[in-house]
Amino acid sequence: MRMALSRSIAGPRHRWWVSAVLAVSVLGAWSGGGPSGASRIAAATSSPQRPRVAAAANLNFALTAIAEQFARDHGTPVDLVFGASGTLTRQIQEGAPFELFLSADEAFPRRLTSAGLTRDAGAVYAIGRLVLFAPRGSALTVDEGLIGLGRLLKSGGVTRFAIANPDVAPYGKAAEAVLKKHGLWDAIRPQLVLGDTISQTAQFATTGNAVGGLLAYSIVSSPEIAERGAFALIPAGDHPPMRQRMVLLKRAGPVAMQFYEYIRGRAARAVLGKYGYEVP
Amino acid sequence: MDWVALRVSLWLAAGTVALLVPCGVYVGRFLAFHRFRGKLLIEALVTVPLVLPPTVLGYYLLVTFGARSALGRAFETVVGHTLPFSFEGLLLASVIANIPFVVQPIQRGFEAIPADVRDAAACCGLTPWQRFLRIEAPLAWPGVVTAAILAFAHTLGEFGVVLMVGGNLPGVTRTLSVAIYDRMQAFDDRSAGVMAAVLLLVSVATLMITTGLSRRVGLRRG
Repeated sequence: MRMALSRSIAGPRHRWWVSAVLAVSVLGAWSGGGPSGASRIAAATSSPQRPRVAAAANLNFALTAIAEQFARDHGTPVDLVFGASGTLTRQIQEGAPFELFLSADEAFPRRLTSAGLTRDAGAVYAIGRLVLFAPRGSALTVDEGLIGLGRLLKSGGVTRFAIANPDVAPYGKAAEAVLKKHGLWDAIRPQLVLGDTISQTAQFATTGNAVGGLLAYSIVSSPEIAERGAFALIPAGDHPPMRQRMVLLKRAGPVAMQFYEYIRGRAARAVLGKYGYEVP
Repeated sequence: MDWVALRVSLWLAAGTVALLVPCGVYVGRFLAFHRFRGKLLIEALVTVPLVLPPTVLGYYLLVTFGARSALGRAFETVVGHTLPFSFEGLLLASVIANIPFVVQPIQRGFEAIPADVRDAAACCGLTPWQRFLRIEAPLAWPGVVTAAILAFAHTLGEFGVVLMVGGNLPGVTRTLSVAIYDRMQAFDDRSAGVMAAVLLLVSVATLMITTGLSRRVGLRRG
């Protein structure tokens, strides 16, 4: 200690300050100039008005395909951010910089419209469908009337069953309605695992961590998921129709408006149909 | 592999360290050398982000600075965008979340300096500033390095607050940890795997470099 003291007085070690400053600035130079650097990079790889689109998780595959087509046709890419419709609505209310919002239902866009955050009431772009999914090797047999599920439930074979969280994800609400219609809700409740989004729910079910789940047809109809198990389409009449509405937000620019029209156009409707949506 | 997300992560970590360490040195030193009424409360407040769930911090930031609060609207009129869902908002959240990781090691570092050393320095006629630069800072340095390492590594791994306050905006608030989650949700397991490995490597490398650095400080001091 004494030595340290005398040495410090004799020759203060500023070198560590120097190297720390160097390290930070090297890192800075490499990373390319701070948050402004981040946006500069974003600007370099895209046009400056590249719009951010918030979309319900069930659109993960379909909208990605549509956006790729849109970028090819118009030369203007869009940034897609997927999440639970409720979460995205909340973020938009708190000022998140989205220009277009594609919800999994009509209630969330309506809430934004009545809060004065949208240009107009928007449009229904798709009607979603639910499927009962069982991963490969699961004890669950799938059928549209949930008979296999009821039987397995009675025999105590259902340990985990995945649905989306009904509070934030419209597909969860529809799943709840289906289970209630078949009188399974009370029995299955202790066994439910709730995904934040329908894709997280699919994650639970397709990886075999649950005996099965009620998922979006649009996710299960993508080839990479379809091969992970078996599914049965739930009749549309077994739950309130899942009319999915999109709204342009107040800050929407020309590209977002173009994309909005594109989604209603023939090319995009064909893609939506391919992913199992009914198109209005 | 999402390089932009890695960049955002590194910027967030570097920014947090750059903002927090100087403040941490001031606060940590103050807490180490002073006794005063209410010190216990201050120390508790400094430590509270450590035990607080990220959701609590996220909740308060959204409520305080969201587009629906007066403060949030004021911020928006001045700066042009809201604080949540921006890089600045993320930085603020990250700075708050990292306060205990920075202040505590620095405080311990200064506390470890024997009182007679400081007294001797004062007797030698050094000014307070000279005492700080020549005596205290070199002795408390390992604590400062530890603080910087912890804040950097912890920010790289931060997830909850980032998702809540930052959303998931590419190039702005999508950090590597959020990008991994995002890719998992999109069933893109391969990208998620690559990014997880990169984050692991960067984290281990950071810790190796910085611990090596602090060890050399210790050795040189003898």
